[in-house]
Order: sequence, then structure tokens, then C-alpha cells
Amino acid sequence: MTAHLTLLADILVRATPLILTGLAVAVAFRGGVLNIGADGQLLVGATAAAWVGIVLTPTVGVIALPLALLLGAVAGGLWAFVAAYLRTRFHVLEVISTIMLNFVAVYVVSYLVRGPLQEPTHIYPQTDTIPSAAQLSRLLTSTRLHWGFILAIVLAVGIWWIIRYTAAGFRLRATGANPYAAASAGRIAIRQVTTKAFIASGMLAGLAGAIEVCGVTFALYENLSPGYGYTGIAVALLADLNPLGVIVSGILFGALESGASALQRDANVPATMATVLEATLILLVMAGAYIRARRKNSSALITPSLSITG
Amino acid sequence: MTDDQGDGSLAKGTPVEHGALSGPDASLQLPEREMALRLDAIDKRFGATVALHGAALAVRRGTVHALLGENGAGKTTLMHVAFGMSRPDAGTVIVNGTLHQFRSPSDAITAGLGMVHQHFMLVPAMTVAENVALGGRGRLSLHDVTQRIDTVSQQYGLPIDARATIETLPVGAQQRVEILKALVRNASILILDEPTAVLTAQESRELLQQLRGFVVQGGTVVWITHKLRDALEFADEVTVLRRGETVLHANAADVNEVTLANAMLGTTWTPSSQSAALGVQVKQTVKTSVGQGEERLPTLALHGVAHHDTSPADRLTDISLTVRPGEILGIAAVEGNGQHALLRILAGRLTPTAGTVHIPPHVGFVPEDRHRDALILDYTLAENVELADLGTRRGYIPWIRSRAQATRIVEEYDVRAPGPYAAVRTLSGGNQQKFVVGRELQVGNRALVLENPTRGLDIQATADIQDHIRTARNAGAAVVVYSSDLDEILALADRVVVLYAGRLLTPAPDRDAIGRAMLGLSEQP
Repeated sequence: MTAHLTLLADILVRATPLILTGLAVAVAFRGGVLNIGADGQLLVGATAAAWVGIVLTPTVGVIALPLALLLGAVAGGLWAFVAAYLRTRFHVLEVISTIMLNFVAVYVVSYLVRGPLQEPTHIYPQTDTIPSAAQLSRLLTSTRLHWGFILAIVLAVGIWWIIRYTAAGFRLRATGANPYAAASAGRIAIRQVTTKAFIASGMLAGLAGAIEVCGVTFALYENLSPGYGYTGIAVALLADLNPLGVIVSGILFGALESGASALQRDANVPATMATVLEATLILLVMAGAYIRARRKNSSALITPSLSITG
Repeated sequence: MTDDQGDGSLAKGTPVEHGALSGPDASLQLPEREMALRLDAIDKRFGATVALHGAALAVRRGTVHALLGENGAGKTTLMHVAFGMSRPDAGTVIVNGTLHQFRSPSDAITAGLGMVHQHFMLVPAMTVAENVALGGRGRLSLHDVTQRIDTVSQQYGLPIDARATIETLPVGAQQRVEILKALVRNASILILDEPTAVLTAQESRELLQQLRGFVVQGGTVVWITHKLRDALEFADEVTVLRRGETVLHANAADVNEVTLANAMLGTTWTPSSQSAALGVQVKQTVKTSVGQGEERLPTLALHGVAHHDTSPADRLTDISLTVRPGEILGIAAVEGNGQHALLRILAGRLTPTAGTVHIPPHVGFVPEDRHRDALILDYTLAENVELADLGTRRGYIPWIRSRAQATRIVEEYDVRAPGPYAAVRTLSGGNQQKFVVGRELQVGNRALVLENPTRGLDIQATADIQDHIRTARNAGAAVVVYSSDLDEILALADRVVVLYAGRLLTPAPDRDAIGRAMLGLSEQP
């Protein structure tokens, strides 16, 4: 029983950053922003949270945890804003800029954990462990499951509600679905909505990083993210960009990934099979969407973003 | 219709000859060796609309031939037939003495034709040479292409830097690239659709002189234009289309602006068959204004409005106008005279560079391209109701209310839709437009701006939309309507102004005067 509970908890622990990066991608794609830089935004968020945890906790005390999560989100938002600014000001495609910023984030982390933020013994390329005041408490004491999972679920439901029932959310998806009609019939300031979509997306990814540091790793190190930001794209697409669906697909991918190593150990199936399965799922989903769109109206296929704005 | 126009103009010019083409095989070799392009008895229908009815065009080799006609007279359609972009329902296309049945533009290119479209088809980020090479076959050698461009551009006096990037070039140079694209593929007959519409006066002059250089060396140019003066000055021959029929073919030297305008407009104007069939009352002269409207304050007012834009087609100079409640103001203009910008300024969608604009906070706007600018096709009717003025909304959206609103529009405007939660895509074009008009009247019930509101609709849908516009007017809305079909403006408007080259003209309220003003032949400023 406890063994099963531990396994289930591991799945949910793994699902937490995937749900959050999935939400980040869903929000961006819904708004017509192809943010594929969630991984970089996640790393920057993790860095900010680790910095708060290590440097500020002695001064700020009990608010260290909320501050770490908040600054993590803000850092991720700022990282995405760079791409937003490049797009609105210089017409730089965000597909290019966000992926480039991923590499920048990777090397910034690499520098920090070997330099200014390295642990005191200077042996390992990672930061010191953050104090418990900055750590997310456990949801179930015997497992690794932390409150970050609940936060991710609450955010998913909240974002679903915002997109469905508020003017701001409708502006976001109207802009993504047809920016011309949004501007003309809706009199929507497209640039503003786009920029906000970038920032919101970056904040969610940044929060994913902060939660990972405060809830799981308790330290910043180089390979903190095994590509959560990229898997987030798959999670969002599998969910058809629906925030509630992201919860389900996030847990599914969490299960696949947390089961992968067990699969290799116990059944001698390579762990990479999980990745193969993930990619196959995405291809099937995309093919399904394509066929449905073709049946509905062939002219719809002219919109290049159809497969992702569904 | 051919009989309507003055006999004088036909007597002066060369009469239109319908060659004795009994069957395709009988006419493979034409006796007229000097003919570069000959179109005979071309019919083309789009659904219920007759675009061309027995249209004819005969272009002599080594001439500039101007093809004139009002909006919708069928000029572009006829040239699309010649260039293989559109297959005629009847009629023959003869290029350099050989009968052709083009299946696609590439067939036409092989036969020696080249067409420059109104909207350039260039990749802005690529160089001139790369753009010219696009669409070629086989191995690509940019070096060879560049050399070929240099040779051709020298031969015809069309200066261009083959290594320049398109987006760095002025519009006039981009147009030269379009022409070179055709010439490099050995086109001997160039078709240009409104080539001067996007050019400044200086650039237009240069272009026309360069075309003369091409013609002197044995090339042939068919030039679609609205500009009578340019046609008379630069063309050797002119052909005038009116409502899909060829009504005049003459040497440019034998005609003047008046004969051309008469041919284009028709001297004795009769109500269009469409309106007559519906029993819609068409006014011969336009009413000045609705009596009671005079006393009320204007709903829409522009004072000294000017707009500067990189494209001359969107420039406006010193526009002042007012629209009162319960009045339909018709704006008549030939494409590209500033109406696009003016309508958007009136609708609050565009801020002019100078002048004052007084409009209500919400103005209903029905744009020409409803699929692109008015609707999200994959969204439901209810969602598309909420789309209107979404930019100014805050907080929670009560979808129950949107559903009720959508249902009301569906009922009031007789929209045939499965229900408020149906995707707009599932509606027919006419029903989509009725829905847009209904929605925009709800948003801006005091003012409504419409751009080609019945374009692409069938007769019944057209009549319905026009009825809704009149009903809105009668309910006290200030309405502005632009249509590229002058008859529609005349049928709807209480008052008509003309936009020509970005300036507002107020011609006498009758069809001929308005038609002349649209062509820049106004007697008063």
C-alpha cells in the first residue's frame, strides 16, 4: 500500500512541473504566441527562487517561501518579456528568440552554480540547500509529494475559468484565433494582448522552476530540468490547449516519465521508450486534429497555426 | 447594352470585329498576323452573377492597349481568362495566331504572356534575383539569373539592382521587378492590372515610358486602368468594357475623355437588371437629404482630416464631412482612392495623422473582408457576438446573455443558422453577412459604417442586407456606405460624395456626374 502510495506520489511530483509548463504553453499558444522557451523561463524561475532561498531567507524569515515563488514567476515573466519585446519591436519570431533564450538560461545557471551561487565547499556545481523556511511542505509526510501540486491544479482550474469566462481570457483566444478580426471587430490592442500572453506564459514556467527548487530539489544545479519546458509543449498539445486537459495530460506524461526508469530496471526496456511513446502520442493527436479539420473544412488548413490553436 | 452608347464614339473608332470563328479547328491560323492577343465572345459567370457576356478584345502587336471600365465591368476577369487564371464558359483565346485553352497561368506563360497583378507577388526578404528565380525549373544558378536580369533590364531600359533586397526597394522598383519576372521568361505580351494605382505621379510616368520602350522593341502591353487621361496619353488603342460587354474599341487618337467616360458609364443609364428584378426602387437622381435629419446634430463629423500613409492608395487630404442621424451617406470611389482609410477613420478603427474626428464611442463597422476582419469562423455565433468591441470590455462574460443576443440577431435579421452555438463557418456567406450587420447595429446603433456590404452575396441576400441598412437609417442611425458598385450606392444613399485621389468631391446628384467625378473629371473641386 505504502509502496503504491509512494509510486503515485512520485508520478504527481513529476507531473507538477509538466502541468505548469503545459499551462504556460497553452496560454501562449491560445494567444497566438509560439513560446517554446518554457524551459529557459523555468530555469530562470528556479534560479530566482534558489537565490531568495539562500540569500534572503535569513532576513525575510517566514515570507521566504511565498517570496521565492513570486520572484521565480516574475523572473520567468521577464525572461519571456525579452522575446515579447523583440517580436513587437523588431519582428523577431518568438520561435527563434525563445529557443535561443533557453540556451542563454542554461549557461547562466551553469555559470552561477560554479561561481557566485556555488555551495560553500566549492566541490559540486550546485547551490547550497535552501533553508526549510523556503521549502514547500509535504502533502503526505511519508512521500515526496508537496503542496506545489495543489497549487498547479488550482492554477489550471483558475486559468481555465479565466479563458472561458472573462473578457481578458476571451481577448487572448480571439487574438490567437484571428488577430485581424480581433483588431477590427473587437478593437483589441493586439500588441498588448500578445505581450501579456508572453508574460503570463513566462510566469507560469518560472513558477514551475521555483516550485521544483522549493519542493523537490531544494537546490539549483545544472540539469535541474530534464526538458520540462519542451515536454510542456507536448502536454499542452495533447490537452488541445485546454487548461483542464493539461492536468490530465500532465499526469499521464508524469507517469510515463517516472515509470521509465523502473521499466528499464525491472523489465529491461530502455527508458527512452517513454520518450518514444510521448512523441507517438503527439503525432497521433496531431494527425487526428488534421483529419478532423480536413473533414470540417479544407480551407481551414490554410491557417498554419491550426494544429496548435485547434 | 452595346447600342446604348453614343454612335459617334463608335464611328470615330475602329468598330469591334467579331471574327468568323465557327469552331476551334477552323481558326487555328488567323489571317490577322499583326494580332498579338485576341479574345472573342468570352462569357464568364460566377454563380448568378454574369461577369462577362460576349466580351471581346483585339490587341495589335507592338502597341499599348488600354482596357478601361468601371469597377466590376469585368476588366480583371477578362484578363484572368487571357492569362489562364480563370476558364471562360464560352469564347476563344488566341495568342499570336494560335488558339489556346489555358489550364493554368503556366500555360499562358509558355505561350508568351506575362501578367503583373495589382498586388505584388514578391517575397520581401529575398533579393530581386531570388524573386525572379522563384517559379523557375531545374538547377538554380543565381549568377545566371543575375546576368539575365541585367541583360533584360538593359535591353528594355528597366533599371534594377538584381542584388537588392525587395523590402529595401521603393514601390516603383518593386513593380519593375514584377515586369522583369515576366520578361525574363520571354513574355512578349504583358498584362498589367492597374499598374499605376500604387505609384506616385512621377513613378507612374517613368513606368509608362519604360513600357513604351518595351513596345518599340516589338512587345505588346495590355494595360488595365481607370485613368482616362493616362490612357489617352500613353495608349495606342483603347477598349472599354461595361457590365461584361465590350462597348468601344478605338484608336486613342480618335477618342477623348468625354467619349470614353460616356462609353464607360453609358449615356442613357437604365436601372441594373438586378435591382429591376427585385423591384427595388432605384432613384434616377439622388435625394439631397432626409428632411428631418437636417435639424439634428451630426452623429459623425470629420474636419480637415488628413492621413499620410506609405501607400498612395491610403492617403487622404483635407476631408470634412458630416453624417446626421437618419441619413445614409454614400461614398463613391474607384478602388485605391483613399476609401479604405476614410471608412476606418469614420469607424474609429484608424487614427488620422491630422484633423478632428467626432464619432460616437461605438461605431458599427462592416468591413469588406468579413472572413478576415469581422468574424472568427471557428467560433460560435454567441462568441462572435461577444467579439464586437471586446477590447473595451472588462471582467466576467455572461455567456447566457450572449446566447440570448445571438438568438435575437438570428431572429431579427433572418439569419439561417442551426443555433447560437453553431460555428459561424457553417453559415452561408449571405447569412454570415446578415449576422455581422445585425451584430454591428447592436454595438453601434447610432452609427454604422459599411464597406462593400453585399459583395459576393446572391440577389436575395443582397436585397435583405440593403433592407436592413434602410431600416437602421429609418430608426435614426447615421449610416456611411461604400460600394464598388455605383448602382448600389445610388440605390441606398440619401446623399453621395466622391473620393478621388484622397480628396472629397461633391458632384451634382446624378449618376453621370458622380461617375465622372470618380474618374477625376469633375467640373468643381
